[in-house]
Amino acid sequence: MSELLTLTGIGRTFNIKGSANTAVLENVNFAVKEGEFLAILGPSGSGKSTLLRIIAGLIPASSGTVAYLGKPITGVNPGVAMVFQSFALFPWLTVLQNVMLGLEGKDVTKEEKEKKSLKILDIVGLDGFESAFPKELSGGMRQRVGIGRALVSEPDILLMDEAFSALDVLTAENLRRDLLELWLEKQIPTKAIILVTHGIEEAVYMADRAIILSTRPATVMENMLIPLPRWRDKKSPEFLSYVDQIYSFMTKRPTVRESVTAAARIKTSPSQYTLLPNVTAGALTGFLELLEDLNEKTDLYKLADRFVMDIEDFFPLVEMSNLLRFTIVSEGDIELTQAGIAFARASVLERKELFREHLLNNVPFVGKMVDSLEKDTDNKMDIDFFEEQLAEAFGEKKAAQQMDLIIGWMRYAELIEYDDATEKVYLEDEEEEEIDK
Amino acid sequence: MSIFTGNPENQRIRMIDIILLACIFFILYGVVHLSAGMIIPFSVEHEPKVDLQLSLLPYYGGRSLLRMFIAFGASLIFSIVYGYIAAKNEFARKILIPLLDILQSIPVLGFLSATILMFINFFPNSLLGVEIASIFAIFTSMAWNMTFSVYQSIMTAPKDLREAAELLHLNWWQQFTRLELPVSIIGLIWNSMMSFGGAWFFLAASEAISVLGQDIQLPGVGSYLAAAIDAGNVSAMIYAMLTMLIMIFLVDQLFWRPLVVWSQKFKVEFSESDVQPSSFVYDILHASWLMDFLQHLLFAPILCFLNSCGNMLANMTTKITGTINGNKNQKSVHRVLRLFIFILVIYALYGPAKNSAVMVYDMGLHEIFTVFSLGVYTFCRVIAALAIGALWTIPVGVKIGLHPKLSAKLQPIIQIVASFPANMIFPFVTIIFLKYQLNFETGSVFLMILGTQWYILFNVIAGAMSIPNDLLEAAAVFKITGWKKWKSLILPSIFPSLVTGLITASGGAWNASIVSELVAWKDVTLTATGLGAYVSQATTAGDWPHIVIGVMTTCVFVVCANRLVWRRLYSLAESKFHLD
Repeated sequence: MSELLTLTGIGRTFNIKGSANTAVLENVNFAVKEGEFLAILGPSGSGKSTLLRIIAGLIPASSGTVAYLGKPITGVNPGVAMVFQSFALFPWLTVLQNVMLGLEGKDVTKEEKEKKSLKILDIVGLDGFESAFPKELSGGMRQRVGIGRALVSEPDILLMDEAFSALDVLTAENLRRDLLELWLEKQIPTKAIILVTHGIEEAVYMADRAIILSTRPATVMENMLIPLPRWRDKKSPEFLSYVDQIYSFMTKRPTVRESVTAAARIKTSPSQYTLLPNVTAGALTGFLELLEDLNEKTDLYKLADRFVMDIEDFFPLVEMSNLLRFTIVSEGDIELTQAGIAFARASVLERKELFREHLLNNVPFVGKMVDSLEKDTDNKMDIDFFEEQLAEAFGEKKAAQQMDLIIGWMRYAELIEYDDATEKVYLEDEEEEEIDK
Repeated sequence: MSIFTGNPENQRIRMIDIILLACIFFILYGVVHLSAGMIIPFSVEHEPKVDLQLSLLPYYGGRSLLRMFIAFGASLIFSIVYGYIAAKNEFARKILIPLLDILQSIPVLGFLSATILMFINFFPNSLLGVEIASIFAIFTSMAWNMTFSVYQSIMTAPKDLREAAELLHLNWWQQFTRLELPVSIIGLIWNSMMSFGGAWFFLAASEAISVLGQDIQLPGVGSYLAAAIDAGNVSAMIYAMLTMLIMIFLVDQLFWRPLVVWSQKFKVEFSESDVQPSSFVYDILHASWLMDFLQHLLFAPILCFLNSCGNMLANMTTKITGTINGNKNQKSVHRVLRLFIFILVIYALYGPAKNSAVMVYDMGLHEIFTVFSLGVYTFCRVIAALAIGALWTIPVGVKIGLHPKLSAKLQPIIQIVASFPANMIFPFVTIIFLKYQLNFETGSVFLMILGTQWYILFNVIAGAMSIPNDLLEAAAVFKITGWKKWKSLILPSIFPSLVTGLITASGGAWNASIVSELVAWKDVTLTATGLGAYVSQATTAGDWPHIVIGVMTTCVFVVCANRLVWRRLYSLAESKFHLD
């Protein structure tokens, strides 16, 4: 079979204010063949959506080429249509007009456009809604319009950007089945589908192949075939073993970036900082308590299921508790360490103590901040001083967010005090606890 | 795009259709009749005089209204074209947006005499020049914030819709009609309504003006009032004011309300808000068979024709830019283009800049110092006007804003009252001043307040309405009342809107200074020491150097106040007192 789409050496850097260049994608290579349903998975912020937009030609790649039918694309990719997470329907146009927009760029008569659009509305199950406005429809129906608009131009490749994640569980399930039916029974002339998702189960249920991206800068970490027969049973052991496998891939951290940190205490260049997971101390405590209640080694995917958590929220928690060495993850299973058990059982004050100790030992940037403050004459420093160091690695926007996160942890650990008005951090005065006037 | 799509069923001609038809013919006839009056000959010997006969007042009203709508049409086209170019072209944006910022702070009325002279030169021996100058003055009071609104709307158009439009291979014309124009409509209509309300002031000020020692009067309500003042005819003054009030009310009900209701379909967010605007005129038009008929026979073909023209143009330009982009020397082509524009701008600016520099130089430092100190006087008046305005509008606005029923009732009334041009009330205040021999130096502050207080009131009401209910409930539960409640809850929550209101009001006050520091009644003229009076006197005398330096100084004051005070307060409001 011929290759519809080929990505060679795709890289993308963003010029973020404050830092030279931040690489989001690095050397991404893969190809899509005719008849393939491909899922792209990755942790949040890994650049999945950026990759999809590069394939669509909405944003140019900084390096490498996207080729459609062997020809490198410039500008918008002529062979694709896209379904958006937010539906991206034009609220001032009716359902029919929205779908007809899909044919606007083509050279066909108005009657022909209308006929084709009505036919596609029929196929996606919106017969009778053509004169409705999007705001009159439910979320699921709106996404059907989105799918109809993408299909009406008969694209070779259908791109789906988290197309089901804005819908409730039942509606999403229903829509997935309907789309899969159209695809498997060849009711639509689409030659390939690329689905970007953070739902591992969704990917295993729908796709023939999953591409798993690493965290920033993202590159293809795993290219996994899912040769299960259709229709797939979500409860079958084969299905679950694929889900488990993907979970373990996604929690495996490449050794190079072995946590944020250990490297930073030894003199390093700032580019070696990696992003800290966006988790509050409170959420972490709750997570560890629940793990302690379970009292056993657990499969990560089961745990996510049990907490009814999105992996976008779940993975940062796991990453954080690993980083502080309260848990250990191996082969897709998670387990509390001794310290983790102690933490879960401790009183509020003891917890702060433990947290402080683990924070200082495992996140060198925190240690560095305390050192600098101790050396300072009045133990008080501008937050900008530290933020700039982070900005060199992540750019201003990310750095500000990371700084907030670190300050939050350090305040919880009672390592520092922070004055929001002057944006200064200072060491807590142990003798005379300052009481707010 | 359908404008008014009636229900296809029960399409039968009803009484209301006949009335509508009559209305349409009446409007068409009116426009033709009124515009015929615009091109009558004009010369120094043959000056048209406004007649104080009551029966002529509807005609004058019509002439004023026509002026307003022509200016509005021009502003509409200008704002869309300018806003679109500024939003879409990065190079153009760098010039256009700062330029707009400057244009916004120029006191329009100071330039009125200059523009009148210019347009009279264009159309010698015809009143059309003066007519266009008046329309131009109204235009400059409307266009800027409409343009900003279009620019903002296009820049903040939802990213997903923009991406969808691009992926659907829409050309720029299709993107404009399907995306950029629709997202701009709500903001544009809202801002148009506000600008239109504010423009009545400029209409009244620009219809009767003395230039080069000569009184020019355009037939209209404003000049009717001016003539009544000259004659000392109080009843004619009251008739003029009533006509003005009726016009404002009718335009609001027949024009703006239906448009606001119609614009609701361009809301981007999908959730329906609880308060939907309504308009009985819209309901009538919407249900009418006639509108449906016109839609199919007239509007649809016109729009279709426009659309295909736009499409053709878009395809052509895409081809041209395609060949330019294909060209390897693309960068140098752009560079040459930029250089060319730059030279053109410098060339156009050189003459006037040199002339005014020479003029200012000839006047000497002493004059500049005098003008500057006059500016300080006016500045103090503006501050006083804002302070006094805020003093009464804050308690009243909060009271109204916190009571939804009260605000629903009062808002429309306040809107109409606020649109009423303050300068039409000035003569009455002048009479009172003269009668009681009050000091006009401080008294003119009161005239300034008349025009500017509404901006503050509107914003305070909006701010009070947006105080979250849970905070109010919390305050009630913890028994926080009186001054404590004002200090800890109300003032911080309304602060951002209050600042916005004060900024707008200060702009208005500077503009108003030109008409409020110098007022007349019969033969008596009251003058207050200040920059406004200075510009006003220079205008009457046709004294160019003084007009230029006066207006320039005003600009400097306005821009400095904006940069040094208002911007800072605004960013403080944004960062510290921002709810949620």
